[in-house]
Amino acid sequence: MRDALAILAKDLRIEWRTREGISSVFVLGVLLVVVLTMAHDPSPETAPTLAPGVLWAAFVLTGMLGVQRGFLLERENDCLAGLLGAPVDPAAIYAGKLAANVVLLAVMQAVVVPLVGLFLHVDLAARLPALLLVCLLGNVGFASLATLFGALAARVRAREVMLPLLLLPLLVPLLIGAVQATRAVLVGGLAGASGGLGVLVAFDVIFGVAGWLLFAYVVRD
Amino acid sequence: MIGPPIRAERLARGFGGVRVLTGVDLTVAAGEVVVLLGPNGAGKTTLLRILALLLAPTGGRLVLFGTDATRAPAALRRRIGYAGHEISCYPDLSGAENLAFYAQLFGVAEPAARIARLLAWAGLDGAGRRPVRTYSRGMSQRLALARALLHEPDLLLLDEPFSGLDPDAVERLQQQLLELRAAGHSIVLATHDVDRAAPVASRIAILHRGRIAWAGDGRADDAAVIVAAYRTIVAERA
Repeated sequence: MRDALAILAKDLRIEWRTREGISSVFVLGVLLVVVLTMAHDPSPETAPTLAPGVLWAAFVLTGMLGVQRGFLLERENDCLAGLLGAPVDPAAIYAGKLAANVVLLAVMQAVVVPLVGLFLHVDLAARLPALLLVCLLGNVGFASLATLFGALAARVRAREVMLPLLLLPLLVPLLIGAVQATRAVLVGGLAGASGGLGVLVAFDVIFGVAGWLLFAYVVRD
Repeated sequence: MIGPPIRAERLARGFGGVRVLTGVDLTVAAGEVVVLLGPNGAGKTTLLRILALLLAPTGGRLVLFGTDATRAPAALRRRIGYAGHEISCYPDLSGAENLAFYAQLFGVAEPAARIARLLAWAGLDGAGRRPVRTYSRGMSQRLALARALLHEPDLLLLDEPFSGLDPDAVERLQQQLLELRAAGHSIVLATHDVDRAAPVASRIAILHRGRIAWAGDGRADDAAVIVAAYRTIVAERA
């Protein structure tokens, strides 16, 4: 736990200092929301059904950029060798990197969610607690899988191509669950979102545990 | 965990069908400084990364401090310091922040005092608060060495430690290596620089084509003898 916190603090400090990850994620997130909203020009009636797709497309595409950046930090100057040479359980490295990705994605969500409400004229304030729960579960699931594959992709030459190729097919269940749950929350309330939330919780548990167990095999030669 | 710091028997390692190490036998006793020489591609870096537990061998057996290297690796890592080709320090953190981060991971006692001492040793006390991105090659190399020494390892593994150092820093490093050797620490050092490595060596080994092709006593053999042996081996086996 102590090692994971040290890695999280280190990643956040670097991000705070450079703002490289958050600024690129922010620009892409805003651009996606604007383009997707303008392209559909929804009416007030159709906006709540369009909003989940816009939200999660923006989360996934910007999230991949953020996760990739997290592992590039470890590649520069072969810092990964420094981490792996320390008496640290690889699972703690995974936990630290996962937590850093969750924080980065949460910051990005804090920007994108109000923008979607603004552009699509959806009243998010009344549904905010339920929407935050869906976002958090989706965020943790995405980060669990993306942290594992981000570490794998960082080791190969065509890493920019490899991460989406590996990640996107496996994200399908998460995206279906997240979009269903978000739509249910925006149209009705949390009660109608139980199916989607169940998928998100299952995804979080399965890929959180898989990442915890498999990370050592992914990062070591 | 009692035993010689390194006992390697027929260590082998390949990458995608290319055999880099074909059977390295190497024993390093406490207080020994073994200098590894060899042409480019001889397998020096691969051997050091295996000894640093960063790379698993595909054949042979590695015993560190009397413990099989496949067991208790965390406890073994605590006793190993490794400085590779790259500095393993984050460019957007300062030198002091990098050392503080690694001090946490290695559980260094009284880290602030230890970091201040090491920065002074590395001649970085004035630059310790600056981002590593602004360091020169020599400063970065000195920081990498400070990082490897941070937790006072019993076994120090150094890959080309003299590269990028000015003559003063080379002298300081040689002095530090001699002090570590006198204190019973073991060091394996890979280099092309015979003249700079020979004064600190207790043993010199030439690695060629994935195995130790020649070994000599560092104290008895002067640099000219070593260079002659090196040239003969590389020419014979070319």
